[in-house]
Amino acid sequence: MAAVTKEQVGGFLARQGILVAFAVFMVGFTLANQRFVDPDNILGVIRSSAILGVMALGVTFVVISGNLDLSVGSMMSFSTIVVLDLHDKIGPALAIPAMFAMTLCLGAFIGFLVGYLKLNSLIVTLGMLSAIHGLTLTYSGGQNMDIADKEGTWFDFFGQGSALGIPVPILIFVLLAAVLGVVLSKTPFGRKVYAVGGNGTAATFSGIRRARVVFTCYLISAFCVATAGLLQASRSLGSQNTVGQGLELEVLAAVILGGASLLGGSGTIFKTVIGVLILGFIQNGLLLVGLQFYVQYVVTWIIIILAVWLDIAAKRGKLWSPIA
Amino acid sequence: MKPGMLSNFLKRGAIWGFIALELIFFTVAGEYLSLSEKAFMDVDNMLLLFKQSAPIGIIAMGMTIIMINGNIDLSVGAIYAICAIVLLDSMTWPIFAGLGDMVIPVAWVLALLAGVALGALNGLIVWKTGVDAFIVTLGSMLGYRGLVFMYNGEQPTSHLNWTLVDFAEAQFLGLHTATWFLLIVTAAIWFLMNRTVHGRNAYAIGDNREAAVNAGIRVGPHMMINFMIIGFLAALSAVVFYSESGSVNPNDGELYELWVITAVVLGGTKLTGGAGSIISTFGGVLAIQLLRKGLAHIGADTETVNLVIGLILIVVLFLDRQLNIKGKEELKV
Repeated sequence: MAAVTKEQVGGFLARQGILVAFAVFMVGFTLANQRFVDPDNILGVIRSSAILGVMALGVTFVVISGNLDLSVGSMMSFSTIVVLDLHDKIGPALAIPAMFAMTLCLGAFIGFLVGYLKLNSLIVTLGMLSAIHGLTLTYSGGQNMDIADKEGTWFDFFGQGSALGIPVPILIFVLLAAVLGVVLSKTPFGRKVYAVGGNGTAATFSGIRRARVVFTCYLISAFCVATAGLLQASRSLGSQNTVGQGLELEVLAAVILGGASLLGGSGTIFKTVIGVLILGFIQNGLLLVGLQFYVQYVVTWIIIILAVWLDIAAKRGKLWSPIA
Repeated sequence: MKPGMLSNFLKRGAIWGFIALELIFFTVAGEYLSLSEKAFMDVDNMLLLFKQSAPIGIIAMGMTIIMINGNIDLSVGAIYAICAIVLLDSMTWPIFAGLGDMVIPVAWVLALLAGVALGALNGLIVWKTGVDAFIVTLGSMLGYRGLVFMYNGEQPTSHLNWTLVDFAEAQFLGLHTATWFLLIVTAAIWFLMNRTVHGRNAYAIGDNREAAVNAGIRVGPHMMINFMIIGFLAALSAVVFYSESGSVNPNDGELYELWVITAVVLGGTKLTGGAGSIISTFGGVLAIQLLRKGLAHIGADTETVNLVIGLILIVVLFLDRQLNIKGKEELKV
C-alpha cells in the first residue's frame, strides 16, 4: 500500500473540507443529542432550510457567472406580499402566475442593467435591494398582509402540505435543485455560465453572448426567489413587509460555504445544497445542544472564513497569504 | 482643454450639482406640497440636517478609505451596535461605580477600543488569510451581530446619563455636537488621505496592487490600519449617537452598511479602488440626508425614500460609466 503523504492528506482536506466538516458536525451533534438524527428532526431541518435553499440555487448561477445578487432578500419580501395580496383579490390560481411574472420583471430589469449595460452588479443589486424594499412598502402601504380566509384555501399546500409522505417544500427544493443542477452541468447554457464567469473576455471572443447569459442567470435567480416567496407565503399565510430582510447575505453565505468563488467560474448546485444544509443543521444542532439561537451566527462566521480560507490555501499551496 | 478634463470636472462637481438641484426642487415643491409653514431652507432645518447626517457620515469617511484601498467592509453596522452596547453598559458596571461622571470618558474609551479591536480582527483576517474582504466582513457581519444578541438577547440595553445627554445636545458656535464630530472626522480623514504617506500608499494599493508591492509598499499593514480606522469611526459614530439616545436595540445599525456604501458611491468613489475623494463622500452623505428630509418635507411616504435612493444609485452608476467611457475615448485621440 502506497504511503499517504502529508501533502495528500492536506490536499484532500482542503478540497473536500466542506464535506469533512459536515460529517464531523453531524457526528458531533449526534453524540451530543440522540434526537438530532431522528428522521422527524432531519426532515424538519431540511424543510425549514428549503426557502433559503431555493433562493441559494438561483444565486449560485449568478455567482458562477461572476456577479452578485444582493437583492434576493427584498425581492422575496416583494413576491410574498404580492402573492398574499392578490390571493384575496383574484384567487390563488391567478395570483401565483401573476406574482411570478412581476418578480421575473424585476429580475429582467437587473439582468438588463448588469448584462446589457454592464454595470457593476454589487452596486446595482444594492440599489435594487433598497428600491424593491420601497416598492414593496408602497404596494402594501406598510401594512402586514394576511389572507382573509385561512381555513378555506388550498394555497397552504405549497408550504404546509405533503405528498408521498414528504413535505412539499422539500419536494420543490429537491426538484428545483435537480433541474437546475442538470441545466448547469449538462447543457450548453451551463457551460456558457462557467465560461462567462471564468473569463468574460475569452468567452466573448469565443462567440458566447455574455450579456444574454448574465441576463438569463438573473432571470433564473428571480424565478427561484419567486418560488421561495410562494413557499414563504403559503407557509405562514400572512407576512410582514420585511420577511426577507437580511436573507440575501445568508443566501450568499450558503453559496460561498458551498465553495463557489465570488470571482466567478466555480461552484456547483450540489455543493450549494450542501452549504445550505450545513447552515440548517448547525443551527438545529446548536439549539439541540442547548445553546442560544444567536450562537449560530458566530459559528457561521467562523465556518465561512475557515471554508474559504482552506479553499484558497489549497489552490495556492500555502496556508498563509503572500500579502506582505 | 486637456483630454478628460471636462469629464473629470463633471464627475467632481456632479454631487454638488445634485445637492443644489435637490435644494431647489424641495424648496419649490415644498411651497406647494408641504403642510409645514416653514421653508425647507430654514436655518434650523439645515442645522438638523447636518446633525442627522453624522452617524452615517462618520462611518462613510472610513468606508471611503477602505474602498479607495480596494476593500469593502460590510460589518460596520454590527460594529456600531456592539460599541453602542459597550458604551451604555460599561457605565453601569460595578467597578466604575465610584467614578461619578468620570465614567463617561472611560466608557467612551472602552467603546472606541472595542471598535478598533473588531476592525483590527477583520483586517488581520484579510491580511493573513488572503480571503477577500467582502467575504471576511460578510462573515463578521453575521458573527458580530451574533455577539450583540448573545450579550443581551433581544432586550434593549439602556442607560441614560444626563451629563452625557447635555453634552450631546449642546450647540457650540451654532452647530450641534454631532455635527462637530462629523466635520472634525472629515477634516482628519481628508488630511490622512491627502497629506500623509499612509494615504498616498492606500491610493496606490487600490489602484494597482502589483505595482504597489513592486514599489516596496507593504500592503498588509496598510489594509489593517484602514480596517482599524473604520472600526474606530463606527465606534465613534455609535458614541456620538447613543450618548444622546441612551438606548440601543440589538437590531440597531442593521443596513447601515448599505446606506454608507450608497453615500460613498454617490460621492464617486470606485469599488475597484484607487480613486475617490473624502470631500465628495461628504457631499454624498448630505445628498442622501437631504433626499430623506426633502421627501418627508413634501409629504411623500417614508417608503418612497428607499425606492428613490435605489434608483438614483443605479442612475449615478450609469452616468459615471458613460463619463468614464468618454474620458477614455478622449485619451485615445
